Amino acid sequence: MSRSLVIGAVLSAVFVLAALVSFVWTPYDVLGLDIPNKLKEPSAAHWLGTDHFGRDIFSMIMVGARTSIAVAIVAVGIGMLLGVPLGLAAAARTGTLLDEVIMRGNDLVFAFPSLLIAIMITAVFGASAVNAIIAIGIFNIPVFARLVRGAALSLWTRDYVLAARVSGKGAARISLEHILPNVTNLLIVQGTIQFSLGILAEAGLSYVGLGAQPPTPSWGRMLAESQTMFSFKPHLAVFPGLAILLTVLGLNLLGDGLRDALDPRLRRAKR
Amino acid sequence: MSLLRVENLDVSIHGTPVLKGVSLALEAGEILGVIGESGSGKSMTALAILQLLPEGARAAGRIALSGHDMLALDEAALCGLRGNEVGMVFQEPMTALNPIQTIGAQVAETIRIHEDVSRKEALARAAQALRRCELPQERFPLSRYPHELSGGQRQRVVIAMAIALQPKLLIADEPTTALDVTTQAEILTLLKRLAREDGMGLMLISHDLAVVADMADRIVIMRQGEVVESGACPAIFGQLTHPYSKALLAASDHQPERAGHVFEAPLLQVKNVVRDYALPRAGLFGGARKFRAVKGVSFDIRRGESLGLVGESGCGKSTLTRAVLGLEEVQGGEILLDGAPVFSGKRPNRAVRRKMHVVFQDPYGSFNPRWKVGRLVAEPFHLLDDAPEGRAAAIAEALEKVGLSGEDAEKYIHEFSGGQRQRIAIARALIIKPELIILDEAVSALDVSIRAQILDLLADLGTRFGLTYLFISHDLSVVRNVTDRCLVMQAGEIVEEGATEDVFERPRHDYTKQLIAAVPQLPSK
Repeated sequence: MSRSLVIGAVLSAVFVLAALVSFVWTPYDVLGLDIPNKLKEPSAAHWLGTDHFGRDIFSMIMVGARTSIAVAIVAVGIGMLLGVPLGLAAAARTGTLLDEVIMRGNDLVFAFPSLLIAIMITAVFGASAVNAIIAIGIFNIPVFARLVRGAALSLWTRDYVLAARVSGKGAARISLEHILPNVTNLLIVQGTIQFSLGILAEAGLSYVGLGAQPPTPSWGRMLAESQTMFSFKPHLAVFPGLAILLTVLGLNLLGDGLRDALDPRLRRAKR
Repeated sequence: MSLLRVENLDVSIHGTPVLKGVSLALEAGEILGVIGESGSGKSMTALAILQLLPEGARAAGRIALSGHDMLALDEAALCGLRGNEVGMVFQEPMTALNPIQTIGAQVAETIRIHEDVSRKEALARAAQALRRCELPQERFPLSRYPHELSGGQRQRVVIAMAIALQPKLLIADEPTTALDVTTQAEILTLLKRLAREDGMGLMLISHDLAVVADMADRIVIMRQGEVVESGACPAIFGQLTHPYSKALLAASDHQPERAGHVFEAPLLQVKNVVRDYALPRAGLFGGARKFRAVKGVSFDIRRGESLGLVGESGCGKSTLTRAVLGLEEVQGGEILLDGAPVFSGKRPNRAVRRKMHVVFQDPYGSFNPRWKVGRLVAEPFHLLDDAPEGRAAAIAEALEKVGLSGEDAEKYIHEFSGGQRQRIAIARALIIKPELIILDEAVSALDVSIRAQILDLLADLGTRFGLTYLFISHDLSVVRNVTDRCLVMQAGEIVEEGATEDVFERPRHDYTKQLIAAVPQLPSK
């Protein structure tokens, strides 16, 4: 097993675990205020200190992981569920009207700066975690559609696809049986990258107040709230910032490591 | 003193020996043929001479190139020698040139790396080198890009780059393997002429005995990193002593025994088939344009017969194959298998497809790498309306027919060698018990000894199961040995048709004569 896979898996597992544990237990209640203990430096009682309402930062990061991971998973899921079939269909019918319609539609979505449209969607439909998920998800669709179409086009010229056609298999079946399994590596790597981008996008939206709404803790809003106190209480910004950094790093390493581990040819090379 | 002297060369890569005590010598003006199958170490020997060995490789022994001890020189000194004293030509002309630079700039670059000359002078000398390689400026100006040239012309550019500085040694590693037979003959003649004119030593590496036999003054036969036999050519062919060399010579011209019965009734009928491809429109308001790849082709294959289809790349034989397989609709004519059309309406005819299957050229690209062999072999079952009973037994039976074991069904395709993969491809074609098997360059990518085994297997299967073969190949010697009748295709048309022996002995059409004359011949034993 490669080192990047181990490091990536450990980092990702730590945050997933933190998110899961936060459902049943956190060191402190993240909704309760404790003004006398506000702005405490890290200590034995509050491992990562407290914020300006006296809430425990360690607990907030645990619950914030839950928000981030939930938003990113659903957003990547939307992107894959819609993008992958679109890409497969475009590749199977390349050069036809269907291909044109799908890919130009993707171009249209791609043409807008994603965060801007996310802000617009949340502005029109209201700021909420659900709207943030939808906004981020929509922008994942063309990413996956393009990726899959590009990879599938080269796979369609392979002799084994020709052999499948000689065996009477249609485009849909070939896409499912031959094309999709051979693009999963790419999907896993791109999926983890999009997952980390989703976490960043959620943090960005929350930072400007358009993501998860208070009092639900979110890494992005923790950063925003710490802004005015950053010069004298840097730990308020450093810990949520580190949480974002380490999660994104861990996911990227995990994606790379998984790609190598899942490929039967690379697996043989290591034996 | 010899131009090149390699003595007791040992090379290992990460501890695995790849060359064991290789010794060979080459005089100025001499052509040395190096023959071997894949993995014999012939390319590794060339890379060792240039000191371009892959990472992790260690070389021991002695390589003396015109007085330089190649193993002792540092990288800077080696760079001064490469291109200047020794040039190299590779197999694949499509990837050996930079697609975004003109051919003139690429040849001139070689000159400017080694000599302090002006750009203008370098270009003038590049033009001269290209002219020597039969690419005159009137027809092939320096401003051409690689994509504007054919494969043979590109290989000429690569050769021009290699000889621009008139090196003392030219190493050509399978220079014609990717080329058609007539182009191959031209390139070989060119290499021979250049070697003679410049008094240059030429090391010609090839898997093809006949190519080397035609050209070389002396030959070296390699196997698994060792030289098994060497001597003057063509005399050596009469006095081969090592069993491997003898086997190699026998395999090169292997004639499998076939004993199938040919019936009079046609199995496949191709009648006036026309296949057009749409080209991009000429401009925004230009009309639709099309390219006619197959121009009214007609032929029959009788049941039990083995029919050859030969032609050079671009002649339309692959297009015709796809049409016969019912993968693409034809624009004119009809294709009948056992009297039923392979393509009816807009859909391929499943009942007809059950009766034929195909084996492709590339043993590596023909299989989905994520499937196990059993699933790969069973794929044609999709053509049957209901799943067959005893699927596992059928898979095992098909694998056993081609000389593999039923347990191989549980393995992945990457665990097999090229020859074994081609056997698996044949098993896949056989599993639904078809009547017609189309072999699309099915043995072209294989080493000669493996090729002989696969040809024997095909002949044996043909006899046992009464199979009919359509054997498509650019390799005329193989077609001659395994077919009853053959067709010669040129530019979308069949120009000659007849019994294989007649076509090869008494070709009528000029193109057929040209093709046959271009085939390198093994010296008669």
